[in-house]
Amino acid sequence: MCLGIPGEIVELLPDRGDLATVEVAGVRRPISLGLLGPGAVRPGDWVLVHVGFAMSKIDEAEAAATLALLEGLGSAYEDELEALSESDIT
Amino acid sequence: MRFVDEYRDADRAGVLAAEIAALCEPGRHYKFMEVCGGHTHTIYKHGVEDHLPEAVELVHGPGCPVCVIPMGRVDDAIAIAGEPDVILTSFGDMMRVPGGDGSFFDAKAAGADIRMVYSPLDALRIARDNPGRRVVFMAIGFETTAPSTAMTVLRAAAEGIKNFSVFCNHVTVIPAIKAILDSPDLRLDGFLGPGHVSTVIGCRPYEFIAARYGRPLVCAGFEPLDLLQSVYMLMRQLAEGRCEVENQYARVVPWEGNPRALEAMGRTMELRPHFEWRGLGFISHSALRLREEFAAHDAERVFDLPGVRVADPKACQCGEVLKGVIKPWECKVFGTACTPETPIGTCMVSSEGACAAYYNYGRFTRDRVREATLR
Repeated sequence: MCLGIPGEIVELLPDRGDLATVEVAGVRRPISLGLLGPGAVRPGDWVLVHVGFAMSKIDEAEAAATLALLEGLGSAYEDELEALSESDIT
Repeated sequence: MRFVDEYRDADRAGVLAAEIAALCEPGRHYKFMEVCGGHTHTIYKHGVEDHLPEAVELVHGPGCPVCVIPMGRVDDAIAIAGEPDVILTSFGDMMRVPGGDGSFFDAKAAGADIRMVYSPLDALRIARDNPGRRVVFMAIGFETTAPSTAMTVLRAAAEGIKNFSVFCNHVTVIPAIKAILDSPDLRLDGFLGPGHVSTVIGCRPYEFIAARYGRPLVCAGFEPLDLLQSVYMLMRQLAEGRCEVENQYARVVPWEGNPRALEAMGRTMELRPHFEWRGLGFISHSALRLREEFAAHDAERVFDLPGVRVADPKACQCGEVLKGVIKPWECKVFGTACTPETPIGTCMVSSEGACAAYYNYGRFTRDRVREATLR
């Protein structure tokens, strides 16, 4: 639960307040951008996602390195991805 | 994967290791605490300690939020879940943590409606979908996670979702570090600062560690090379007689933290006078509760809680492990009575706990060799 997982912003959902769709390891889920502030990110940007919120904007190199590290974690990462794929915050 | 190689390069690891070794004063032993459970994980998974000279030791700190929840709080949550109209929601990590009378999984098997969620916003959605039920979110975590709970409470208040409340167990990292510095059990030479917590609080709150306690701290990233680089930065400070807060993880951690996250926490939460940490005991001003203004969303005000303090099992030495006083394998029950399948203590439950990391990666040989040598 403490993991921060890199996700790519696919689409902002302006009619849904501060939500955006991110893609994490092939899974697309809505997350909140409420902690980043208006205009902080746009589609194509990478963010660190933690418990349904974007924590910070990161660059693509950081995202790739973090994903590789997480994949090496095995079950802790898989459990997190599974929880994320079942998440429904809308 | 060019990007990844930058953080994994064996040559760079070798260069850093040689530079760290060159900075060691003959005859001196260096002890650095990594505060964050995520760092512990990287250290064992990638054998970071194998790159360090014998004179440099990493000890594990209290930075696993699941591990520090005392048993009595688990029992309180289970008591809430026992109310017939309640749905208790929790991160998956908490489900197996033993309370005085079983875990969330045990309570669920006995009929309580306890559901795993990924985000506090999932819990809020469950409340919206079930207006006839009272939905409680078991909030745990350091400053990394507390802003998400804060934003969810603000949203519940704004939308007027009256059947949603939070059982707030958020803790703050600075008082725990201070408690360890004040403890006579352990002499540390410096700290590897927690990466994700620092994205929220920034680097400034650590400055007292350098100023008042004379210990350097380097905010560290999670890659093996990040940790080696951070150890190198600590060693350099000591060699040059400096004592500062430095930020190795500047590509993610802003010096000032995340002002929006801090504002959300400040609006909804305040410090408790004291809070019990598993293994560390009561620490002043070390945890957060909801402000009076949000009483309608505060499970501690909505429900009558037993609030009974439960002592940890006698055989369990999680406290010493969390303070870095002993290594996981030095615990009497490590790997025998206490395993990830049947954990006695929290450090074995959570995948970020030091004991689970040791157990899963089998990386205790080096310490045993070291201990044998010292004897």
